This record gives sequence, C-alpha cells and structure tokens, in this order.
Amino acid sequence: MEGYSYTIWIVLLPFLVFLLTGLSSMYIRPRLAGLIGTGGILITLLLSLLTAAQYFSTAPPESGWPTLIPFDATWLKFNDTLAVHMGILLDPISVMMLVVISVVSSMVHIYSLGYMKGEAGFARYYAFLSLFSFSMYGLVLATNLFQIYFFWELVGVSSYLLIGFYYDRPSAVAAAKKAFIVTRFADFGFLVGILLLSWYSGTFDFVMLNNPDGAAIAGAASATFMGASVLTWALVLIFMGGAGKSAMFPLHIWLPDAMEGPTPVSALIHAATMVVAGVYLVARLFPVYHLSDGPALDIVAWTGAITALFAAVIALTQDDIKRVLAYSTMSQIGYMMLALGVSGYGAEEGLGYTASMFHLFTHAMFKALLFLGAGAVIHAVHSNVMGEMGGLRRYLPITHGAFLVACLAIAGIPPFAGFFSKDEILAAALHHNPAIYGIALLVAGMTALYMFRLYFRVFWGEDRQYHHTPHEAPAVMWAPLILLAVLSAVCGFIPFGQYVTADRLPAGSHLDITIALTASGISVAGILAAMALYRKPSDRPAQIAESLSGLYRLAHRKFYIDEIYLAVTKNVLFKGIAWPAAWFDRHVVDGSMNGIAWVTTRVARAIKGIQSGQVQQYALSFVMGAVALAALFIYWLKR
Amino acid sequence: MRHELQLLAVILVITCAEIYYSGKDKSGVVPLSIALFGLHALAGWFPIGEGALFGGMYRTHALIHFLKNVLDLGVLVVVLQTAGWVKKQLVPENRVSEFYLLLWSSLLGMYYMISSGDVLMLFIGLEMSTLPVAALAAYEVLRMRSAEAGIKMILMAGLASAITLMGISLLYGATGTFSLTVLSQKLTGTGLETLGFIFFFAGVAFKISLVPFHFWAPDVYEGAPTGIAGYLSVVSKGAAVFILMILLLGFAPALSGIWIGVLYLLAILTMTIGNLFALRQQNLKRFLAYSSVAQAGFILLGFLSAGQDGRASIIYFVLVYIFSNLAAFGVVHSVEAATGKENMDDYEGFYRVNPRLAMVMLLALFSLAGIPPLAGFFGKFFLFMSAAAGGYYVLLLIAVLNTVISLYYYLLIVRAMFLRKSAHPLPVIQNDYWMRASLLICVAGILVLGVSSGVYDYIFGLCVRL
Repeated sequence: MEGYSYTIWIVLLPFLVFLLTGLSSMYIRPRLAGLIGTGGILITLLLSLLTAAQYFSTAPPESGWPTLIPFDATWLKFNDTLAVHMGILLDPISVMMLVVISVVSSMVHIYSLGYMKGEAGFARYYAFLSLFSFSMYGLVLATNLFQIYFFWELVGVSSYLLIGFYYDRPSAVAAAKKAFIVTRFADFGFLVGILLLSWYSGTFDFVMLNNPDGAAIAGAASATFMGASVLTWALVLIFMGGAGKSAMFPLHIWLPDAMEGPTPVSALIHAATMVVAGVYLVARLFPVYHLSDGPALDIVAWTGAITALFAAVIALTQDDIKRVLAYSTMSQIGYMMLALGVSGYGAEEGLGYTASMFHLFTHAMFKALLFLGAGAVIHAVHSNVMGEMGGLRRYLPITHGAFLVACLAIAGIPPFAGFFSKDEILAAALHHNPAIYGIALLVAGMTALYMFRLYFRVFWGEDRQYHHTPHEAPAVMWAPLILLAVLSAVCGFIPFGQYVTADRLPAGSHLDITIALTASGISVAGILAAMALYRKPSDRPAQIAESLSGLYRLAHRKFYIDEIYLAVTKNVLFKGIAWPAAWFDRHVVDGSMNGIAWVTTRVARAIKGIQSGQVQQYALSFVMGAVALAALFIYWLKR
Repeated sequence: MRHELQLLAVILVITCAEIYYSGKDKSGVVPLSIALFGLHALAGWFPIGEGALFGGMYRTHALIHFLKNVLDLGVLVVVLQTAGWVKKQLVPENRVSEFYLLLWSSLLGMYYMISSGDVLMLFIGLEMSTLPVAALAAYEVLRMRSAEAGIKMILMAGLASAITLMGISLLYGATGTFSLTVLSQKLTGTGLETLGFIFFFAGVAFKISLVPFHFWAPDVYEGAPTGIAGYLSVVSKGAAVFILMILLLGFAPALSGIWIGVLYLLAILTMTIGNLFALRQQNLKRFLAYSSVAQAGFILLGFLSAGQDGRASIIYFVLVYIFSNLAAFGVVHSVEAATGKENMDDYEGFYRVNPRLAMVMLLALFSLAGIPPLAGFFGKFFLFMSAAAGGYYVLLLIAVLNTVISLYYYLLIVRAMFLRKSAHPLPVIQNDYWMRASLLICVAGILVLGVSSGVYDYIFGLCVRL
C-alpha cells in the first residue's frame, strides 16, 4: 500500500491535460497543445513503468501476487449496504495494462505530431486523445464494477469523438455514430449484468467479488431465473458488454467502419487499448466466471473462436489496408477471448488465462506497429487501397523493416513476440477442447496468409504510377515505429507465467515443442502461399477468387452482417413501429391541426374545429385507459 | 405553513405593484418579480419545523419541505428563462403581473398538494396547480396554436379532474374517510377500492403524462409559450411525481399488490411509446415532449423498491431532470425567441455559430440520455438499482434497452448541431442576462450533481420518512 500514492497522477494528469488543452484549444498554437499532450502522456509513461518496476520487483508472498489499493474514496452511497467507490487497484493485470496503455499511447502521441501536422483541429485532437487516455487508465485501475462501467462509457464517448474527428466527412460521422450506438447497445447488457451481480452479492467491489470463498458468489449462484442461475445470467450479460467493446461476433460491425478515424487513433483505440477492454473485463472477473459453474465461460470461448475464424476469412478478401488490419484485430481478440474461455483456475489449468493476457500484451505492441506503419504508408501514397500500392519497400525502407517485423510477429514466427503467446494459447486450447484447438490452428495459418498478402501487395509487386515519389515519414513518425518494432521482436521472452496467472501464484512457462512446430509450420505455409500468390503480380489470386466465387463474394461482403442488421433495424424498428407512430402523429395529429388552420384563422372558429376534432379522441383514450386498467386489475384481483 | 405564506406574500406584493404601476410602463415588474421569487426560493432553505394544521389536513416535515424547495428551483429557472419573452411580448400588451400571479398560484397549489394530509386538500391542490397553467398555455392568445393548447389542456384537465373526483368518492364510499392516515389503515384492497384508486391514479398520471394519459402533452408543449412548456414538463410533472410517491409509498402500501402492477405496466408502455414517438419528431418542442414522456416512464422504476433508496432515487432523478430538461428548453427558447425556428433541420451547423449554446444543449441531451459523468447518468443508474432491488429484471431489461433507443434520437440533435453544415445557419444569438443566468444554473446542476455525492446522501437522509 505504501509508496504507490503517485499512481493517482497516472489518472489525473491526462484529465488535467484534457481540460487545459480543451479549454484553451481556440487560443493556443496547435503545436503547443500537441507538445503539452505528449509531455503529459510521457510523464504517465514514466509513472506507469515505475509502478510496474516497483510492483514486480518485490517478491510475492506465499499467497501470490497481492492486490493493492493505494487510493479509495467513497463517492456515492446508494443505501446502507451498497456504496459506489472510486479508487485505484493494482494487481498483475492492471499493472500490465498500465504498461500497455502508456507505451502505445505515448507512441501514438509522438507519432501524431507528424501525422496530424497541419490538420484543422490539431489542438482538439490532442485534447480528445488525453480524454481517451484518462478514461482508459481509469478503466483498468478500477476497484469496482461501477467505476469500470463509468470509465467504460467515457471511453465510448471519447472514442466517438475521435472516430468522428473528421466531422466534415459523412462516412466518418456515420461510423462514429454506429460505433457509439452498437457498443452502447452491448453496454445495456453490461449494465443489467452489473445490477444483477451487485444486487445479489451486495457489493461492486472486485476484491470481494473475486474472493472464491466469499458470500458474493454463493448468494448469486443460488438464485435462479429461467433455468440458469442469476450469476450465470449476470456474467453472460456482462460478457455482452465486453463483446461489444471488443468487437466480438455478432457485435463487431462497428469496428471496420471505425477505421474512418485518423490512423493513429485506430492504432491506439482499435488495436491496443479500447478493444481489449472486453478481454480485460472478463479477466478481471475471471474467478467469478470460473466458479460460476455454468455455461458462461463456454460462451466466452466459443464466441472468441467463432470471431477469430470469421474475421480471418473476411480479412483475406479486403482491399483496404486498414480494414484488413481491423479484421485481423477482431480475429486476434477472438484468440484472447478463446484462451480465457478454455482456461482453468490453478497452476497448469490456468495456462489459458496467462496466455490470453500474454497475447494481449504482445498483440498491443505489434498491432499498434502495424497500424502506425499503415499510417506511414497512407501518409506516403495518400490512399488506403492496396490496389494503388506496390513496390514501396524501395521508398520506405524504415517502414518496410518495421512492418515486416510486425507481420512476422503476428504470424507467430519464432523468435518474434506473437510466437510465444500464440503457442501458449494453442497449448491451452488443446488441453481443454480439441475442436477449438483446430479452429485456432486454422486461424493461425490464415493469419499468416492475409498478413503476408497485405505485406507483399504493399511493399513488393510492381511500382504504381505515384503522383509524386513516396518518401519516408519524418523522424517523429518513424522513431515510434522502430521502438515498437524492437518491442515486438523481444517482448515474447518475458516470462509471463511468473507474473500473471489466474490464481496469482507464479507458474513456470514452458514451450510445447509439438505445438510450436505445428503452429510455426502452418504459419510458414501461409507465408509461402502468400508469397507465391502476391509477390509478383499475377492473375492467380483472381482465378482462385473466381473458382470460389460464392464464398469469396460472401466473405468480401463481410457475410452481409451489416445488411442483416440494417434490414432488421430499418424494417422492425423504423418501418414497423416508429414510422407508423410518426405517421399517426403527422397525419392524424398534425393533419387535424393543419386542417383547422385551413378552415379558418380565427381563434373562435379554431376552437370549434378542435371540438369536432381530436380532443375527444384523446379523452376517449384517457377514459378507456383508466377503465381498461381498472378492469384488468380487478380481474386480476379476483383471480 | 411558512413557505406557503411567504409565496402568498410575494403574490400580494406583485398585485400591489400592478396597481402602483397601472398606467405606467410595467417593465419594472419583471426584475421585481424575479428578485422577490429569488428571495422566496432562497428563504425556503431555512429549516422548518414539522407539524400538522387544520386537524391534519395540512402537514409538513423536512422531506416535504425539501420537495417544495426543489420545485422552487425549477420555477426560478423558468422565471429567469421567460424574462426576455415577458419583456418583449407581455409588457407592451400590459399582461405582465398576471403572468407571474398565475404561475405562482399554480406553484402554491402544488405546495398544498404535497403537504396535504387529506384527500380533499389534495384534490384542491391538484386543481389549483392545473387551472392556472391552462391559462398560461393559452397566454399568447392571438397565436392560434397557443389558444388551442390552452383549450386542449383545460378540456383534458377537466376530464382528469372528473375521473379523479369519481375515484375519490368511490374511495370515500369504501372507507368513509378523507384523512390519508385513516385511509391507509382502512384500505384492504377490495374491488371497489381498486376501482376508486385507479380512477384517482389516472388524474395524477395525467399530470405526469404517463401513457395512455399523455396525448395532450405534445400538442400543448408545441402550442404553449416555450417557457410554459418547460414548466409543464418539469415542475408540474415533478410535483405530480412527488405526490404520487407520498401517496403510494407512504399511504397505500396496503394496495401495493395493485399499484405495483399498474406502474409496472405503465412504465413499460410509457418508456417505449414515448421513445418510439420521439424517434421521428422534427419539431424540437414536440420532440422534447415525447422525450419527457419517456423520462416519466423511467421514474416509475423507482416506485418498485419500497425502501429508502427507492424514494431517494426518485427525488434525485427529478432534481437532475429539472436541470437537464430546462437546459434543453432554455436553448430551444432562446433560438425560438431570436429566430422563430424550432425544427431540427434549423439546428444544423448550430455549433459553428453559437458554440456556447450548442455546448449547453449537448450537456443537456447527454444528461437526458444518461451518459456519465453527467448527472443524468446517476439519476438513471439509481432508478435502475431500485428496480433491481425489487427483483424486476424483465422490466429492467426493457428500461435499459429503452435508454439505448433514446440515445439514438438524442444523438440526432447532437449530430445536427455539431456535425452538419448548413447552407442557412441560424444567426448568432445574443441572450439577455436572465437567460444566461438560468442556463448557467442548469449547467452547474448537470455537472455538480454528477460529481458530488453530498446531494444524494442528503436526499437519502431525508427519505427516512414520508
């Protein structure tokens, strides 16, 4: 507890920066706002690294890594037993998330100094970035369910602002709204889940909830509702919130569209931080999930597996460089969810939990790198479409090198980071459920294939007619790339099992040689296939697409999920309900009013008009309503 | 009684001022009225003893007194918001004092209603609070829509009164008493009592604009002067919610088997129908009318938890709702006063010309939608907690789903204001100090109530008794 009081500044500082830059954005020079924002986030980076060093350097006691609460304040008291707290909770996963967020956010802040240079609203952009960092820090450090929900929504708001940053672009505005509404829809499950769980357990607090022997879990597990325990319902609903934020099938539809935001924003929000919040949420409540003894964890596992496969198939067919990355992100997050879903609690059994967090960590590094690299490419050629790129390795040597490292990492080629974390996930899946293992293995191969399809099409192949020769980005942009590339290359060697386990006791990490060989073999096969198809321009990819035309079109059109949603919401909600309501309002209510106006403009006559008009109708519904209610309840009473 | 006498004194002073100013320019009445009412609202915060008068017909204690103060706050904001309109429209027509007299008479009626210990007193208060508002809704006599709004209001209010009165007589027939305390002991839940109760309830539901008693609301809001629409949607509705709370939770637990069912049904209907009608509205006043119908549905969730927390969450929500909704009405009012426009299309590109007003509107809408850290989020959250406490999960699910739908239409306005460009944007709007002060109060309320826990704790403490 002692000595962590500075952690409060990790949360507060970005908020102060947001206030400062937000309020003064009209008056100060944009450059200055950018520097203030970057300075602020760099301080939080230092503090986060300090926290991590301090936390992990003290040897854990017998009972495993401790949960520390350096700051806790009662905020709102709901009643005598239930109160809302705001505080800071440090444990292995929250400290790990601190490092992830601060590293990626710092890189994005620095990178944006170059990428967003000269954009209108530069100061506003930095204010929003600070707001986002504040919300994200608050989310991962939350001590209780209420706080996590509170910051969860704030993260949603700031992401809405950042996706819609180019507000004069209709597609960006539409995408921002879609992201907000879809995640908000998912959050409704989250909120109901929180209310259920906290009401039955009498607490919001993570420490009390996660106590395996606590009354919290027992109380909620004993009550049942529609065939399952209330605890299971609550956990499934909470997972719905997590699935929305983490873009799990079928709530994923907002993520590809969210690519309309500035590319560094995609790197920060849609690759490394916000989208993994759902994974973090499940991990945060993992003891409850594990002990709930219901289908909750299986739902998590299968949602993850299906999303991983589904997104990988779509990623194979996309032509927009950012959309490929978006689907790849979905697929990788599906991987993390799957690992959590197959995990047990103690020692060997808990491998999935460790693997999931490990993959979250490594993925954040290489996916942020991929997005920032893609940003450098887009910056150079002023296009998102792969068809307009090719042969860029000669023009962008640094970006090319960094991008290659990231591709190798995500494909899981040893000794890059993704290899280690993916290997652990596969091992955990194999122990638990061979079917999920099979899906995961297939996805590993597909990942290598679509990433290298992207890589070869952008950096190899023939030159295009560029309007002006593409040139390497400025140093503020390539320096973060190099740093992230180094991290992506080496962070796989961190002995994660020592630090992050489900039961908090350090466990050894070991490599399963058979799985490692199988997975790498499949990945290499994927890369070779991509090389054969895309390294030199040829018509073979087109032929393959032709021969699989039905499936290809289906995947290319993202399995028509968007269209299905649109049809449902449009036909049911708008046409079926709201439109008749509006029609009634417009024609019956307004129409009669217009009719009155048409008959006469004199007030006296108007009154006469109304009397013959709809007030009677209102009165009728009023009386009928009262009578119907009375009849209903008297009947009910007599029954 | 002090609070009522105080307001009565204010009313008398303004009556005298009317005589004093007769034949002269009456614009001096406006600041005088606002100052006097401000003083009255301020003086209300001095603590008051509890007790009963007139053989138990009138009663008061700390919670009741607090509820009156909350209503005062709403009326103060309304008075500030209407100041500009009164000066511009009513002073030349020589109808200034009457406006304030009507408004405050209605408020006085609400005081009596909340303080009543007797069904007859309650009915008188209810009538006294409704009739002046009908006159106010028709205050812009020469505008046809306003006259129409007044007529509709009075017709529907008359009907509601008739039904209420019938309910009261049935209840009297069943129990032989008017006293609420005695009534609460005698009620057993027979068929006759149920019938009487539901008819009585319909009259109050009319004021809260619960479905199916809500039809008047959009028409009246659209036609009435905007300030009065704000008053109707907030103060009048708030008072009716308070009295419903006192009656149901305080005096009719014996009938809870019935009214919980009624409220359960009406909550679902009100939230859903209010929301679905709001989805396609173009006229902002109409839009706010339906949105306030939907909000009323959410309030009902708080009734389902019998404990202290349920009551506290209702009062807290009404307080938050006063600030949020009046902020929205304030912006609509300023725009309408300056340009006469009240459609959603007219607000396109609003942020570029009037960034401050647009920010106020944004805060108000986000608070209504329930987005943290604004006050509205906590208001809804506590209501949901109450419903969860009562174990009404299906209702909870529907309620939370409705907040998602409501977010959609609130965002429509946000999008129009912030993200759209317009070929014919609204001009720059200059508000007078009164309006600015009112918006400032609202914004402060939206922000402060969200982050300070003291207010909720205070309300929670007051809710020990009803």
